[in-house]
Amino acid sequence: MVSASASLRPASLPRQGDRGTKIEVEHLSFYYGRFQALKDVSLAIRERQITALIGPSGCGKSTFLRALNRMNDIIEGARTEGVVRLDGEDIYDPAVDVVALRRRVGMVFQRPNPFPMSVFENVAYAPRIHGLARGSDLEELVEDSLKRAALWEEVKDKLKASAFELSGGQQQRLCISRVLAIDPAVVLMDEPCSALDPASTLRIEELMHELQQKYTIVIVTHNMQQAARVSQETGFFLHGELIEFGPSAMIFTDPTDKRTEDYVTGRFG
Amino acid sequence: MTTPIRHSFDEQLNALQEDVVRMGSMAVQAVDLAVRALAERDLGLCDQVMAVENQIDELNMDIESRAVQLLALQQPMARDLRTIAGVLRIITDIERIGDYAVDTSRQARQLADQPLFKPLVDIPRMANLVQRMLHDALEALVRRDLDLAMAAVRQDDEVDHVYKSLHQDLLAYVQRDPALAAQAFSLLLVGTYLERMADHVTNIGERIWYMETGELKELHE
Repeated sequence: MVSASASLRPASLPRQGDRGTKIEVEHLSFYYGRFQALKDVSLAIRERQITALIGPSGCGKSTFLRALNRMNDIIEGARTEGVVRLDGEDIYDPAVDVVALRRRVGMVFQRPNPFPMSVFENVAYAPRIHGLARGSDLEELVEDSLKRAALWEEVKDKLKASAFELSGGQQQRLCISRVLAIDPAVVLMDEPCSALDPASTLRIEELMHELQQKYTIVIVTHNMQQAARVSQETGFFLHGELIEFGPSAMIFTDPTDKRTEDYVTGRFG
Repeated sequence: MTTPIRHSFDEQLNALQEDVVRMGSMAVQAVDLAVRALAERDLGLCDQVMAVENQIDELNMDIESRAVQLLALQQPMARDLRTIAGVLRIITDIERIGDYAVDTSRQARQLADQPLFKPLVDIPRMANLVQRMLHDALEALVRRDLDLAMAAVRQDDEVDHVYKSLHQDLLAYVQRDPALAAQAFSLLLVGTYLERMADHVTNIGERIWYMETGELKELHE
């Protein structure tokens, strides 16, 4: 009776090459004091692809993102349980140098937050303090980072101008080049386009596609169309739980869990 | 958990599907009129087929433009997206069924002034089957009933079976009396139209399956 089948189920969905696991999260729970913000979350983030995290406000997706470079450590009374492995190493091991970790796992925030310095200094600051480059090497590194963030052509004649003179979209790309300047392996993005206009948003998305060739990207977004456009895999969080994780093509056309369905169709109230 | 926070979108999506069912019902009517026009040699019925077909075409365009608008303006996901994708395919199949009804009425018009060399048996039987298949498919769409969708699709076997019998029957007539060839050819064409209509109903069943399960598969060989 049944002669052919084309399902969007993972088994028949083409993977983006054969990407290995970059970050492995096992049974991650996180508490703000007595409030449990993450409940036993396990998932694997693949190397050099874009993983999107979606869910309503307060679902734990940003907390999860910040757990990937221990940004939650600075919160008083916070407690983390479970394991997060980056390239097989537990990042919560007491022996881990957190500053070195955050160099490998950079972060871009919701609002562009350039330092009150020149365009050049914004990018040069971190490599300089980390002792990564100086003199003409540093200039080259700045240029290279700005090029990777697709900003160089727009700012090459105003490197000495204040970063605040740039448009919002340019400022966000400046923040991305600042992260790229210290050559991370993973880039975390927490709603990187929520303060940007549609054209700047599409430029950042285009940039993400390019960066994916070299970096592993995890993005938290409230914009489901954005998650669908940019990511290969998507995780849906609700009340601190990871409800569903899988290929974005499946999450947005044929999710398995009723709660995911309700959320992505906008019927979640 | 599910609160009607997309009330206006839900209304538009429901209205779209109601119109698909309305369009499908018109196609059922067009098939009925066309085959009756042939059996009763009634040119008035031929005109009615054209009138119904015009309404089907109008509805087809209207549904398509509203579906595209919903895609653009509401950015539907998951089940909603599959519903709209399914609707866009289903209306194409219904529209084709309407076209075949018109083709049938054209043959009826050609044959209206000559006596039929045999009483019509297989053609009305095929037409009844096609109408029932389409009716079942539309009901399966409304109720999202996969069993009924499968049942509609399965009736295609019987349509094919009757079509083969019609083919053999007409061939035997023509072999006995080659002068009957022209009329036999017209009747065979009508049989082919009905057989194709049943295939379009099968497509509709597959779209309903996809809307409900997210799985694209052939329901019938």
